[in-house]
Amino acid sequence: MKHQLEFEKPIAELQRKIHDLRRQSESHGSGVNVEAEAKSLEAKLEALKHQIYSNLNAWQRVLVARHPQRPYTLDYLNLAFNDFEELHGDRMYADDRAIVGGFARLSGERVMVIGTQKGRDTKENILRNFGSAHPEGYRKALRLMRLAAKFSLPVITLIDTAGAYPGVGSEERHIGEAIAVNLREMMLLDTPILAAVIGEGGSGGALGLGVADRVLILENAYYSVISPEGCAAILWKDRAASSKAAEALRITAADLKRMELVDEVVPEPLGGAHANPSSAAAELKSALVRHLAEVRALTTEDRLRGRYAKFRAFGHFSEPAIRAA
Amino acid sequence: MSSAALKKKALISDPVEPAVTPPPHLGDTQFLTRPKIAPRSRKRELPEGLWAKCPKCKELIYDKELDDNLKVCVKCGYHFAISARERIHSLVETCSFEEMDSQMESVDILRFTGPASYEAKLAAYRRKSPLLKDAVVTGVGRIGPHRVALGVMDFSFLGGSMGSVVGEKLTRLIEAGTNQCLPVVIISTSGGARMYEGMFSLMQMAKTCGALAYHAQARLPYISVLTDNTYAGVIASFATVGDVILAEPEAEIGFAGARVIKDTTQAELPPGFQTAEFLQKHGLIDAIVSRNEMKAKLIRFLHFLLKNPTQR
Repeated sequence: MKHQLEFEKPIAELQRKIHDLRRQSESHGSGVNVEAEAKSLEAKLEALKHQIYSNLNAWQRVLVARHPQRPYTLDYLNLAFNDFEELHGDRMYADDRAIVGGFARLSGERVMVIGTQKGRDTKENILRNFGSAHPEGYRKALRLMRLAAKFSLPVITLIDTAGAYPGVGSEERHIGEAIAVNLREMMLLDTPILAAVIGEGGSGGALGLGVADRVLILENAYYSVISPEGCAAILWKDRAASSKAAEALRITAADLKRMELVDEVVPEPLGGAHANPSSAAAELKSALVRHLAEVRALTTEDRLRGRYAKFRAFGHFSEPAIRAA
Repeated sequence: MSSAALKKKALISDPVEPAVTPPPHLGDTQFLTRPKIAPRSRKRELPEGLWAKCPKCKELIYDKELDDNLKVCVKCGYHFAISARERIHSLVETCSFEEMDSQMESVDILRFTGPASYEAKLAAYRRKSPLLKDAVVTGVGRIGPHRVALGVMDFSFLGGSMGSVVGEKLTRLIEAGTNQCLPVVIISTSGGARMYEGMFSLMQMAKTCGALAYHAQARLPYISVLTDNTYAGVIASFATVGDVILAEPEAEIGFAGARVIKDTTQAELPPGFQTAEFLQKHGLIDAIVSRNEMKAKLIRFLHFLLKNPTQR
């Protein structure tokens, strides 16, 4: 049985109705009338999906972004890229399976793809640490980015993590430093970088792969300074306020685009990326191909200047004009 | 921002913030020009004769004595919280500090709706300390013979959290360092990124680190000093990419709050976890330097890092 979110229930209900109707007509051998009714229900289903999915609130989008059937990095590597060859390890400590990376082809072009990877089931989630990377994950990512720059491969990062892992080993090996070094090094990395938030953009753990010439976000993905739950626990003293926190933090793709914090929102198929992964992948692929061509056309100097200017401009503050003495 | 860091702030709310800023180093005093640092804080007009209790050794210490010792317990060496301006006084030569962007203020860009509005919070902090507009003071000053771009964070303003103002002021400071060929020294204390400004806060991490990338490319030195306590978005950005990373003794430093780690992993935390000493043992920190030694140490390190200090 497919996993269902609360607000998806009316959709599933209607789908079952249509299914039952068709089955009944098959077993009774009657025909045309039922088919007409089924068709009308199907139209209703499309309308319902459209109505529900175009009116999702911030918290509902967080739930879609965390949907257990949502396509993950490796799914996109299968659907939107070719010839993926995974490369392992940070050459220092370990191979963090919460971040995958390696050579791939995007529409024939050689690229380096790096992304956080969640697990589909308990066993895989233990292997992938639920998509929360340790320092070695970020260090592996940096190693692969430098490798890419050395051989003039563009870097494409796919971001889907609740956050970097909060654990003893993570702290002992300096997760903060690993992220910070990526932020600094990515700013001057001499090759095009595209980043796409495909699910959860959880705080520093997401940003550690997120310094890029273009930052894209999928329609139902979110990107936030803190998890809605964390914010609710601190400000509302109540995790049940997560929905309010999600709203207040302005973390949806549409909000981020409005505030010009992302370059483009990549549309998802009706019902979310999990409803039709290959169509989601096709949209992502076409956006990546388009942005890569644009960024590639720039000289190194212009590209790096643009990258810095982009991040340099983030922030709002007031500055009273200082009167001359 | 880590919840543990916030909790901590509540516990040590206004630990001992009375009395006098430590006197400037008299040896160098020149009274020719007016000090460019902001005028004296009203806090200094508190009646004398207050005592502070050291949370570590429980000793009662006369405020004046504590201030004269840069808010370090004279008995056990415990480092009390110190304001940004007091710290600047303790480091720069008299009259040498020119503050930058002193009027920059935060705005409620998200119109944050929560139990308390961000506007109201900001207003309350500004009332409490009119001279501290946000959680960092930046400027160019002289430390010994060296002109330095100096940024000092202040935990007393919204837990030292980094929003647009902190990020912008530090970025301008670092850029000034790059443009004027100055070393950068940043003294951190922060609960992390400021939630109230959402993704704008997170992006300050990339912005400051980006500015430091260009500063590093120009082969200019950057010394980062971690003080109690420094967490989350600040630890995952400019605070940990110093050429030299120093920390004050027993400062609590980490990415995730200890409580969050305990709740997530259900693991016992090792003794001394997330202290400066623990992090030094695990290879993050070059040296642990007490507040009383900090100025001398910075001068020494800058001597090694700068080719020809007298010309700067």
